[in-house]
Amino acid sequence: MLCLQTRPAGAVSGALSLQQMVDRWAGGQPVREGKVRLQIAELVENGNAVPITVRVDSPMSATDRVQEIIVFNEHNPQRDVLRASFGLSSGRAEISTRIRLATSQQLVALARLADGSQWSHRVEVIVTLAACIEG
Amino acid sequence: MAERTRSLIHLPETVLKGQPFEVRVTLGHPMENGLRPDGFGNVVPRSLVTRFECKLGEALVCSVDLHPAIAANPYLSFWVRADMPATLAFEWLGDNSFAHRETRSIRPT
Repeated sequence: MLCLQTRPAGAVSGALSLQQMVDRWAGGQPVREGKVRLQIAELVENGNAVPITVRVDSPMSATDRVQEIIVFNEHNPQRDVLRASFGLSSGRAEISTRIRLATSQQLVALARLADGSQWSHRVEVIVTLAACIEG
Repeated sequence: MAERTRSLIHLPETVLKGQPFEVRVTLGHPMENGLRPDGFGNVVPRSLVTRFECKLGEALVCSVDLHPAIAANPYLSFWVRADMPATLAFEWLGDNSFAHRETRSIRPT
């Protein structure tokens, strides 16, 4: 019932590919694998509410901290999933939520640290019941 | 919204000074993405919560931009660090002037 409906990817705002979104976010600066970790079940039975956690090992001190965590997807109607910014009262660079997945696809988590470094973690997910096949 | 919006906010019973603690929040909201047909083939209009923010006193804990890929009844968990008694303020904003605000007092020991 909950639905993304079947329509061509890109019909809404997905004009940019996953890699184009990552490149745009990176702003020409390097993005390295590591530090950030995206936790999600590799085999998802129900794409309507899939728990995810994104975490960066960081002391979250005034100088050594994570400023931003991003999650993009590959094959939902829109590439964006979430964008989180962390302030000085944040205790850990970690955020969890539940997301919709239209089909089996790749997800990428990105993190930008206060020192300007940028990190990524890509995960392939298999979805057996999509959000959503029918209306 | 015609009906009162409900939210669940879960905090640990005791908070220790300077020790990060987890906060879990859930908002009762359909997160309609504007793509879904109803039973009659009409598209259900878009109604999304697009922004969440948590502050400790005046200091930002985290702000989150939520997109249509966030599941209905948006759930978020994150970590807060506090050194003194303060108020945690939670704010959700969305389409059609949607706004929901809550506060909780914490007393680190």
